[in-house]
Amino acid sequence: MSDRILIGTRKGTFVAERRGTKWLPRLAGHPGMGVNFVVRDPHTDTLWALLGHGHWGAKLSRSTDAGTTWTDAPQIKYPQGARYLALPDPSEDNPEGKGPVTSRDATLLKLWCMAFGPSGAIYVGTIPGGLFESHDGGESFELNRGLWDHESRGGNLFDGEGNGMTHWFGTPASEGGEFAPGIHSILVDPRDARRILVAISTAGVLESTDGGKTWRGRNKGLTNDYLPDAHAEWGHDAHAIELCPSDPDHVWQQNHCGVFYSGDGAASWKKVSQPDRGVHFGFPVAVDAHDGRTAWLVPGHSDMQRNAIGGGLFVARTQDAGETWEPLRNGLPQENAYDVVYRHALGYSEGRLAFGSTTGNLYVSEDRGETWQTVAHNLPPIYSVRFA
Amino acid sequence: MARVELTRHLFQFFPALEGKELLVDQGTVADVVAQMERLAPGFAFYVCDERGRLRRHVNIFVDDAMLVDRARLSDIVGPTSRVFIMQALSGG
Repeated sequence: MSDRILIGTRKGTFVAERRGTKWLPRLAGHPGMGVNFVVRDPHTDTLWALLGHGHWGAKLSRSTDAGTTWTDAPQIKYPQGARYLALPDPSEDNPEGKGPVTSRDATLLKLWCMAFGPSGAIYVGTIPGGLFESHDGGESFELNRGLWDHESRGGNLFDGEGNGMTHWFGTPASEGGEFAPGIHSILVDPRDARRILVAISTAGVLESTDGGKTWRGRNKGLTNDYLPDAHAEWGHDAHAIELCPSDPDHVWQQNHCGVFYSGDGAASWKKVSQPDRGVHFGFPVAVDAHDGRTAWLVPGHSDMQRNAIGGGLFVARTQDAGETWEPLRNGLPQENAYDVVYRHALGYSEGRLAFGSTTGNLYVSEDRGETWQTVAHNLPPIYSVRFA
Repeated sequence: MARVELTRHLFQFFPALEGKELLVDQGTVADVVAQMERLAPGFAFYVCDERGRLRRHVNIFVDDAMLVDRARLSDIVGPTSRVFIMQALSGG
C-alpha cells in the first residue's frame, strides 16, 4: 500500500504524502507547466512526468531523486517518414473541410500515458496515435511500427501510400487541439510481457501477443451510439482501460458509450452500464489488484454535460463484475459539486483510492471507497493521479 | 556576428544560457537554431518540431521582421542582425 500520490496538473507536478493519518500535498516540480501524467517506474524508482508546454511542445521529464529535482529526458520524436491518414481540417481556405483523405507528416502532439512491462520495458502513448517503446530504461524511444503501420489506420505509409483508408478517428485532446488519434491506455500483462493492450481515442482496443510486432482489434461486444453501425469494428471511444494485475483476463473499460467488462482478456466485452444508477458515462476506471470482478468508476453526467450528476459527486463500485453497482458518497460533496474527473485521475493501491478533478479537488479513500476525505481544494486542474 | 536574444521563459529550461551574450554566425534562421542547439542541446526541439518547422506558438524576429518561412526557417540572418526568439502570447 503506497503512502505517496503523484499528481499531474495543468500547472505543475504535485506530490501528496501520508503523514500519520493526514495526506499532505505539495508542489514537487514543473511550476506553471502542463503535466499530463506522472508515474514511477517500478524497476528503477525513476519518476517520469509527461509535460505539455503550451508553447514549447511535449517533453519528457524525469527525476531520480524522488521528485526533488527534474531534468529533461531524451525526447520522443516521430521519425522521418512517419505519416498518418486524415481528413482535412476545416480552415479559412477550406471552411467545410472538404477533400479526400490525405497523409500528414507526424509530429508529437501530446505525451499522454506511460506504462512499464515486467521486464523493464517502458511504453509511452502519444497523439497522433504512436506507441513508443524503450528497452534501455528510457535513454531512447522507438516508434512501434507494428501498430503505426496497422491496416486499420492505413497500412505502411513509410514505404508507400498504404491502403488509402483509415478507421481511426481523432480526439481534440492534443496540446494544440489538433484532431488526431491518441493512445491513452497501455496495459502490459504481468504474466507475459509479450501481451500488450492499448486503447485509442478514437479507434478502440488493440492487442499484441508477440511483444508489439503484430496487433489485432479487440472490440467485439463494444457498442457505440454515434456511428451508423453501433457494432462497427472500429471507431470506439475507449476513455480508459485497466486490468487486474493478479488476474489479467479481467479487463475493464470506461467508454464514451458506457461501461464494459471483459472476463476473457478483452477477446469479448459485455456492457455493464446501469444508467438508472448513474453508471454509464465517465472517464476513469480502477480495478482491484486481486479481484478482477471489483472495479471503481467516477461517473459523470452524459457526454453532453460531463460533470458530477445532479451536483453530487460519487464513486461507483461493483464487486460482481458489473452485475450490480453501489454509489459511494460518504465524505464526497453532495451539493454544488461539478467536478470532472479525467481518464488518468483515479488511482488505486491495495484498497486505497485517490482521484482528482478539474476543479482542483483531490479526494482519498483508505477503505476501498467506503469513506472519503478531501486532501486538497485548490490545486490546478488535475490530469493524473497515481500512487507511487 | 549576429546576436540572439531569448524570451526569459526559455531560461527556465536552459539556465546555462542566462546572462550570456549569444553570438552566432550569419546564415539562415535554421542555421541560427542549429548553432543554438550546439550551445544548449535540446534547444531546437523547444523552438521547432521534429520536422524543423517553427512551433505554432513560437515567434522569431530577425531585427524588426517577423519570420516569414516558418516551415524551413530560410529567412536570412545578416552579420550584425539581432534574432529574437520568443513565445507567441497564448494560453491561460
